[in-house]
Amino acid sequence: MAEIIRTENLQYAYPAEEGEAPFYALRGVDTAIEKGSFVVVLGHNGSGKSTFAKTLNAVLLPAGGKVYVEGMDTLDENLLLAVRRTVGMVFQNPDNQIVANVVEEDVAFAPENLGVPPEEIRRRVDDALAAVGMSEFVTHAPHLLSGGQKQRIAIAGVIAMEPECIVLDEATAMLDPVGRAEVLSTVHRLNREKGITVILITHHMNEAEDADRVLVMDDGKVVMDGPPQAVFTRVEELRSMGLTVPDTVDLMDRLRHHGVDVPLDTLHVEECADAIAAAFQRN
Amino acid sequence: MLKDITLGQYFPGNTIAHRLDPRTKILLVVLYIVALFCAKGIVTYALLAACLAICVRISHVGLRQLVRGLKPVLFIMIFTGILNLFFTPGTRYVVEWGFLRISDTGLYNAVFMVLRIMLLIMGTFLMTYTTSPISLTDGLERLLNWMKRFRVPVHELAMMMSIALRFIPTLIEETDKIMSAQKARGADFESGNLVQKAKAMIPILVPLFISAFRRADELATAMECRCYHGGEGRTRLHVLRYAPRDIIALCLGGAITVGVVVLSRFGL
Repeated sequence: MAEIIRTENLQYAYPAEEGEAPFYALRGVDTAIEKGSFVVVLGHNGSGKSTFAKTLNAVLLPAGGKVYVEGMDTLDENLLLAVRRTVGMVFQNPDNQIVANVVEEDVAFAPENLGVPPEEIRRRVDDALAAVGMSEFVTHAPHLLSGGQKQRIAIAGVIAMEPECIVLDEATAMLDPVGRAEVLSTVHRLNREKGITVILITHHMNEAEDADRVLVMDDGKVVMDGPPQAVFTRVEELRSMGLTVPDTVDLMDRLRHHGVDVPLDTLHVEECADAIAAAFQRN
Repeated sequence: MLKDITLGQYFPGNTIAHRLDPRTKILLVVLYIVALFCAKGIVTYALLAACLAICVRISHVGLRQLVRGLKPVLFIMIFTGILNLFFTPGTRYVVEWGFLRISDTGLYNAVFMVLRIMLLIMGTFLMTYTTSPISLTDGLERLLNWMKRFRVPVHELAMMMSIALRFIPTLIEETDKIMSAQKARGADFESGNLVQKAKAMIPILVPLFISAFRRADELATAMECRCYHGGEGRTRLHVLRYAPRDIIALCLGGAITVGVVVLSRFGL
């Protein structure tokens, strides 16, 4: 499959106070994201996962190494708009990314900036709102919506640019469980139905169960990379980095310590239950 | 307590007054103000008052709301009235009471001055009552577009205004939260004299400012991520278009203004 984003020895340092050494948040990230995939980036606070996300559409520019978005170097200022319309970004706080005080005006913001003709903007706004299941809220005031709904409006605002890829930078962190589920099912649907590449930055392990691929970051580097089943079975390594594992994997791990013969790579509750039932029947 | 603040003072509706293009309404108010300052006598004032009355009637805005708009300027009206009443020299004095003398021109001036301010305020309020703040900003941006040639940052100002309007409810909510948090820590906002009350506001304002700056920073990043790069080459979802009713309204407004100017030449 073709790749949409490639990073080569990507480094980023936050500017330091005088006399202090700059803090390197990213220390050489080499990775490639495949088109149409659903990638989850995990890591504890300060692991560099958010910094990594922000370098993907040139909000932060690499201090060393390169980021290529569909072959475009993010350091090239002439390509800035092209990069940003290819990779859309949704942030943590929905209140701070909504620009207008009518839902449709907010969703229209990106296409307006891109100089799209009005009839086309109308179509994109309606399509984007339908895609996130918020069509009935076209003329609502965003500040009266719930957190999950606001975040879906923010996603619609990004989809209206018709990007190839959406990066969600801890977009579920401030939401309640219901809102989080709404947002997750929305991005999974966009990934499936529209083929949009999704890069989900999170510290909730459970959000990674349905991903195609999981990247685990620690100390500015990618330390694990693979399908969720392969990553989450490295329980001890994850714990040593201060990360928890999904509850199902945790349960299986404890059962194994008690000598029960169950597999570790059951991420979904049903799979997990089936595996335990099978183990009991064997005894 | 903070929930009661209504800013922008917009009463949604679907009358012709609401549906007129915001640019038309702004231009009509400008014409109205010009006419009001040209008006000299009973005839012209009566004409303008009648126009206002018709517009109020069309817009379904309650008279009570319109009169309530006068409250903040009550002091200015009284002040202007008294100044004009007592300190206009004239040929004939109606009342002479020690050093207080009311001349006939003073009486005349006072009445018309107060009437002028009242009509002025009510006319402009009628516009804000029938136009949403967003379309008002939009209209202003389009009307002042020509000033871009003189490097006036029209788009930027309009953008700032609409973002400010967007963040009013968010910041009010935040203020409420901070006040509750400070109250829970024993802060007292109600008792004490004015200075003490003002001092009690500091623990609210400092966190509010810090968070507003943080919000501004995040919003700027989010806007850049959505390809915002200034007003250049920007299109709009809703394009303002003059409808026939706008042209009729503008012609009527223009005709009345010309009429008032001509009539005032004859001192009417």
